[in-house]
Amino acid sequence: MKLVIAVIKPFKLDEVREALSAIGVQGITATEVKGFGRQKGHTELYRGAEYVVDFLPKIKLEIAVSDELVDNTIDTILKTASTGKIGDGKIFILELQEAIRVRTGEKGKEAL
Amino acid sequence: MENQLIELAYALDTFYFLVMGAFVMWMAAGFTMLESGLVRAKNTAEILTKNISLYSISTIMYMVVGYNLMYPTGGSGVMPDLAFFLGSDNATADVIKSGGEIYYSGISDHFFQVVFVATACSIISGAVAERMKLWPFLLFCVFMTSIIYPVQGYWKWGGGFLDEAGFMDFAGSGVVHLCGAAAALAGVMVLGSRRGKYKDGKPQAMPGANLPLATLGTFILWLGWFGFNGGSELIISNVAEANAVAMIFVNTNLAAAGGVMGALILAKLMFGKSDLTMALNGAIGGLVSITAEPLAPTPGLALMIGLIGGVLVVFSIVMLDKMKIDDPVGAISAHGTCGIWGLMAVTLTGGTLGAQIYGTLIIFLWTFIVSYIVWSIINMMFGLRVSAEEEDEGVDLSECGLEAYPEFSKSFDGGPSVYPKK
Repeated sequence: MKLVIAVIKPFKLDEVREALSAIGVQGITATEVKGFGRQKGHTELYRGAEYVVDFLPKIKLEIAVSDELVDNTIDTILKTASTGKIGDGKIFILELQEAIRVRTGEKGKEAL
Repeated sequence: MENQLIELAYALDTFYFLVMGAFVMWMAAGFTMLESGLVRAKNTAEILTKNISLYSISTIMYMVVGYNLMYPTGGSGVMPDLAFFLGSDNATADVIKSGGEIYYSGISDHFFQVVFVATACSIISGAVAERMKLWPFLLFCVFMTSIIYPVQGYWKWGGGFLDEAGFMDFAGSGVVHLCGAAAALAGVMVLGSRRGKYKDGKPQAMPGANLPLATLGTFILWLGWFGFNGGSELIISNVAEANAVAMIFVNTNLAAAGGVMGALILAKLMFGKSDLTMALNGAIGGLVSITAEPLAPTPGLALMIGLIGGVLVVFSIVMLDKMKIDDPVGAISAHGTCGIWGLMAVTLTGGTLGAQIYGTLIIFLWTFIVSYIVWSIINMMFGLRVSAEEEDEGVDLSECGLEAYPEFSKSFDGGPSVYPKK
């Protein structure tokens, strides 16, 4: 099993979520985060005082998937989340040691 | 029949005072929303508490002593006579006998005046936001509403020496707004700026937490100002006066509109972006500017007076920051700088420059000096400022013991539960 962590632009959430459901992903956790990559920040003015905007709003998705589904998941995210402009985000893959369903106690692939 | 008309006019003018007074009371909500929208979330509950308390203190102290100090039955022109609490109202027989000279309820006049005091105090609360302790602030309000404001109010509206000198201030650009701003300036200078506000001499942005509230507050103030200026005509029950009130409403509205556009356009030119908070301050600045004389100008002139007020607000806000005078909501600029401009603008339609300058200086110096002394004494006895840790954590927790937006905070750190506990 793998844990796919994807940081994407917030307005892409619906599109990504629908595409993932279509390929068989059955659970996603989303959090509102702020982040930046290699894009530099820029300055704004509030009542004449300068401030730097580098952390931009993003959505972080955490998706636990079976090994068979990983490649398809990554491709789907890449296809639906990208705009071609800077700030599109990143995907990280972690090895998932265990997954357990709280309601029933099922473990492993049955829990996904 | 004649008697009935006298009674009817009395009732109408009394009603007018009461309704206009209620409009000005609503400005307390306007200030509250404007200030709470421009401070950070962690300091919101405290400023809400401050605002509703200062309104209450104003009501109480002005009833106890302030009103009689400002409108005494006698006085030397400089020193008003001292009297406490409110007397009784006019008897019908006396009203009839006066042939209509007595045309309104004395108690209604008190009500109309008390909401102006609260306005002056409310100006202060925004300037000292985010770092002043609550109760020392309220203690200052006791002095402001029982002595500082009434005495300078007496000098002009109570028939004192400023009035005799020909100083003109229709609804209070000086008596209310400049007075409040002077007390605020004194307070800010004793208090100091917020932690981290000025770094290497440059102001750091501390954006407000709720711009919809700030905007709502501004609109509420705009509405309330029709009572502030309109009610200050003091009478509506004949054709000439009714027309005058209508003109005042129109001029007030135009001045606010001019203030918005002046500030917004200048902000766009100066900063490259259309800063909403500047537009909001611009509306207030425009309103303050016309308050000294909302009747005499033509609508076009009222618009210009307001527009210049809006422009001045932006420059003043930037300049105060350059002087490291930290005013989170722009109160000193909107009410002080524009209050002075409003008093000077009276000369465009009447009055003399000498009398206006005289009145401006007297009001400012009296209020600033006495306030500075009172703030300093309170500071020495109780301390004005919250501790550094309290300021960093936010005064909501240290002063009020609660958060303004508990469900929106990102931490689940064992704070109060937003779900029912079994």
